[in-house]
Amino acid sequence: MSQFFEPFGFSFMQDALLVGGLVGGMCALLSCFLILKGWSLMGDAISHAVLPGIVLAYITGIPLAIGAFLAGLFCATSTGFVKRNSRIKEDTAMGVVFTGMFAFGLVLFSKTPSDLHLDHILFGNILGITRFQFWQTIGMGGAVVLVTLLLRKDLLLICFDPGQARVMALPDRFLNYLLLGLLALAIVVALQAVGIILVVAMLVTPGCVAHLWTDRFDRMLAISCGSAVIATVTGILISYHADASTGGCIVLVQAAFFFVSLLVAPKYGIIARKLKR
Amino acid sequence: MSNTAIAAENATSLVVEGVSVIYPNGHQALNNASFRLGAGTICALVGVNGSGKSTLFKSIMGFVNPTAGTVRINGMPVRQSLKQHAVAYVPQAEEVDWQFPVSVSDVVMMGRYGAMNFLRIPRAVDRQKVEESLKRVSMWEFRDRQIGELSGGQKKRVFLARALAQGGRVILLDEPFTGVDVKTEDAIIALLHELRESGCIIFVSTHNLGSVPEFCDQVVLINRTVLAYGATADVFTAQNLAKAFGGVLREFEFEQSTIQEHDGQKVRVVTDDERPLVFGKDGHLEYMDREKHEKLLRERSEEND
Repeated sequence: MSQFFEPFGFSFMQDALLVGGLVGGMCALLSCFLILKGWSLMGDAISHAVLPGIVLAYITGIPLAIGAFLAGLFCATSTGFVKRNSRIKEDTAMGVVFTGMFAFGLVLFSKTPSDLHLDHILFGNILGITRFQFWQTIGMGGAVVLVTLLLRKDLLLICFDPGQARVMALPDRFLNYLLLGLLALAIVVALQAVGIILVVAMLVTPGCVAHLWTDRFDRMLAISCGSAVIATVTGILISYHADASTGGCIVLVQAAFFFVSLLVAPKYGIIARKLKR
Repeated sequence: MSNTAIAAENATSLVVEGVSVIYPNGHQALNNASFRLGAGTICALVGVNGSGKSTLFKSIMGFVNPTAGTVRINGMPVRQSLKQHAVAYVPQAEEVDWQFPVSVSDVVMMGRYGAMNFLRIPRAVDRQKVEESLKRVSMWEFRDRQIGELSGGQKKRVFLARALAQGGRVILLDEPFTGVDVKTEDAIIALLHELRESGCIIFVSTHNLGSVPEFCDQVVLINRTVLAYGATADVFTAQNLAKAFGGVLREFEFEQSTIQEHDGQKVRVVTDDERPLVFGKDGHLEYMDREKHEKLLRERSEEND
């Protein structure tokens, strides 16, 4: 057993576990809001749409995070624009916008000589993060977690009943954009750990796991975060021993948690429901 | 009643003037709709699907801005009145995600958010309002239930409690009796009567025609515009309804003998879940409890004199 935890001794592994835990927890927090608001696809869309932002930021020399953030917001707002001004439904509009932006990013990337690795953007490189990236992740990730936790009641209200928010003159539009902004930031932060492709899973699965276990929101947040952090640490350790893709291992463990929960969760699991009948 | 209370009561009003709404896709949902409601009324908003009921509600709640015309609540523009939390609304059951991980008291507490600071940490007064409101709709024992574990009528009462906790003087209800058992329907109507007595404007969107004369003193009849509005007995005529509904309503004509000679006897009408609308002799409306209703009408006309 001690051999399993041996990697804790290496400083690059300690960094990876810290960053991974924070990223996992942060994505898990947001995932609760996303699945309740029906925005699971939004995470998918924004995470793909940030690619051109990253490349353009690299070309112009501004921090990659800012480029990614702006591209993510652009994706979300242009989707809303297409929906409001045409007969196209929102999910369809999103499908067109984000794949278009991702393709634009790929083309841009292939025409830009750089030392960026497409692999690292797509699949993450948590074991090779630099000092700068480490502190950037801690800072931005911590900010996302803090704001989400502080404003969780308002964010929950605009997921549950946006009409009630409006009728009380709460800034529902601002809150919507805030949630979008937090999502875009979280994706940027998580890119380092798991990459564009797998961040989608981190933004959906933990919330689903928690939704199966409880029907109180604060408990859902706690379960979601807890399961994500455990899954991240376990995934990183497994990837070290199996010498396999780190992002892949993390998401695999999360998926395993989901399927176990689906079966054995006390009230909403398949077994419990069968027994009740 | 003290003078200040009367003044406060008089302040409650809902004035819709020449409101037209054209959606971005070019659909004109409302055209030049006008009516006004004063304090202390239960008013039904009646019309077919697509007649602009929900658009009218949305204009009153500030969700859509009228292309032309104005809505004024308590003498103020909509935005300003919303900031004072003057408008409360009870959504249709279909609009709510009942799987949502919130408890009954969580939902009612949401009605207090407008009055709390930005972290939404409940103060003693908020908890007290939530408790009062839940007790008023007899749902206090269910406060820790997840909202999906309630019956249709209980769900409705939770959202009504939220409106009470918010303390809005203009309360909008969207199809309040869909999926509600008759007993709860009566309980809700009793509560609405209390609110009317306290000077609130209760505006109820409904397609359940039979219940309208039972508890609404006024009616706004719409089909893309306001066809008629005013006292229920004046507006709710067979002709007006035909105008509003066209051929949509199903009509049963009874044997002449039953209609002509029903006074002092029982007329029996059986329907499924919804209350039937019954026109008696000379096209006047029939009520479940005729004497009580006439007494109410007398009282109200005396008040107005």
